[in-house]
Amino acid sequence: MSQASILSCEEVTVAFDGFKAVQGMSLSLEPGELRFLIGPNGAGKTTMLDVICGKVKPVSGSVSFRSRAGVVDITKRKEHKIAELGIGRKFQTPSIFAGLTVMENLEIAMSQNRGVWATLRASLTRRESERIDEELALIGLGDHRHARAGLLSHGQKQWLEIGMMLLQEPEILLLDEPVAGMTDRETDKTGELLQEIVKRRTVVVVEHDMEFVRNFASKVTVMHEGKLLKDGTMDEIQSDDRVAEVYLGKRRDAHAVG
Amino acid sequence: MTGWTGLWSDRRRVWLLLGYAAAAAALFAAPLYLSDFRLNLLAKFLAFAIVALGLDLLWGYTGVLSLGHGVFFGLGAYAMGMHLKLTASGGRLPDFMDWSGLAKLPWFWQPFKYFPVAVLLGILIPSLLALFLGFFTFRNRIKGVYFTILTQALVIIVTTLFVGQQAYTGGTNGLTGFTKLLGSPLRSDSMKTALYLATVIALIAAYALCRYLTKSRMGKVLRAIRDGENRVRFLGYNPATYQMATFAVSGALAGLAGMLFVLHVGIISPSMMGIVPSIEMILWVAIGGRGTLVGALIGALALNYAKSGLSEAYPEIWTIFLGLLFIVVTVFLPGGIAGLIRKGAESLRNKTGRRNEHESGVHPVLRGSNRSV
Repeated sequence: MSQASILSCEEVTVAFDGFKAVQGMSLSLEPGELRFLIGPNGAGKTTMLDVICGKVKPVSGSVSFRSRAGVVDITKRKEHKIAELGIGRKFQTPSIFAGLTVMENLEIAMSQNRGVWATLRASLTRRESERIDEELALIGLGDHRHARAGLLSHGQKQWLEIGMMLLQEPEILLLDEPVAGMTDRETDKTGELLQEIVKRRTVVVVEHDMEFVRNFASKVTVMHEGKLLKDGTMDEIQSDDRVAEVYLGKRRDAHAVG
Repeated sequence: MTGWTGLWSDRRRVWLLLGYAAAAAALFAAPLYLSDFRLNLLAKFLAFAIVALGLDLLWGYTGVLSLGHGVFFGLGAYAMGMHLKLTASGGRLPDFMDWSGLAKLPWFWQPFKYFPVAVLLGILIPSLLALFLGFFTFRNRIKGVYFTILTQALVIIVTTLFVGQQAYTGGTNGLTGFTKLLGSPLRSDSMKTALYLATVIALIAAYALCRYLTKSRMGKVLRAIRDGENRVRFLGYNPATYQMATFAVSGALAGLAGMLFVLHVGIISPSMMGIVPSIEMILWVAIGGRGTLVGALIGALALNYAKSGLSEAYPEIWTIFLGLLFIVVTVFLPGGIAGLIRKGAESLRNKTGRRNEHESGVHPVLRGSNRSV
């Protein structure tokens, strides 16, 4: 992998029962970068995130991650090890722990020793509780700290999950459609949250909402049928004919693409 | 935490402590107001309550349903039964071994000559078996109904083994004919009272252990595993180790309960560790209210009292009542008896104008239950 990149996927291929969801996909991230991953349905975007967080093992290709502990090959590690190394994943549907309170959700998400003995003997220290308070303020759930997480609104659940991810202190944060199903106001608030988050870490966002993507001046990677179609800024992407054909074609007729 | 909420939680703590103290006092004083027969019955049920606590930890908190706890209970019971049998035989070969033609005591019976070793093994063996089973299931992500079926298979294997190996286990008849414990006759009144009190102490210790576990951060991780095992994995926890640890603790508690059971009842046979008792154990927790420790206790006591009452009055058809009770609870009271009590207390609290502000927005169906949305 190149010296600069924090994550480098090379020639990754993923097959499910013979169907190749991802074929020879390469993706390289620089530290502190915000990268959007777009493409039509079935392009393999979510599968790429699955590979990076260890949920899916590729049949070929390599994924190297420059963690605090040195360069590791992700494809050879288990999920919980990868999470521990510093790659956090937020799934498409909010997956918070419904039976726990907001506070408890954040408490167990916080970066810490995750062994059975350690958690058995752990108690919430002053520092930890301050960290959680800061996070609660950032995600705007300060008034709901003792509410059962299952009772939050859809948007609040998404924010809680983002808060949990941040407390995990990952170096790379993978977000799968963070604004799907959100109201306009919620989407705006999530955008602000994202601006805040990228100041501190590398983020990959899979997103369908082009309006949302356009709000960020950052690099965009387009996938199509499991392959890399184009890398570039939003302007470059929008002026690319192939991209327009496979992905934005229908929208061009309408109005969206310039 | 200010205002009503703070005051309320302080009040609640005081009430909770008073409740614990009252319950402990009532249990410790029971020999003064219960007949020998009733005391023995209560002692047996309190032993069952220990199993229920361990099961609740595993099922109610961690979301792992075991229908094989009869085995762990039985292994504890056999450990104590073997010790009592050896004591009763007084240095000679136990009677059933004689009949089966064994010439000398099998090696694995030897350690059970010593009471402390027997007690230790009665807890360790079930716990290690649980750990062993958990190692091969949880690590391979066998869960849900598949895990439950495996625990049923375990029951069949172990009971078949115990029935088949008559020379070593006493076969279908099991182990009985016990006389003495630590030199004193088992049937004396003072011994019965002492065994009862030992059971109360064991139950309190088990309760304290489970409460410590569930209140710790580990307990929160367990509930998180129940709500979303995969999600826990992506936080960086290994759910398998947590499940294995919980399963082992749960098995150990069942073993402890089995040992106490044998001391109260004087017999252990394979039928007492079979499929039906294993399922009954789950009913205690389901009916009492899973996910609350008090619920498990109440369930074990209430159901066993109902069972002994009903089986005395209607020996033929009492199992039908049991089945009906289970259906009624599952359909109408998903939170079990504990959920019903909590709901009652809450409506009372609302009437008197005191509300816990955090729960006031909770939909009634979700209060006190473990349903996730």
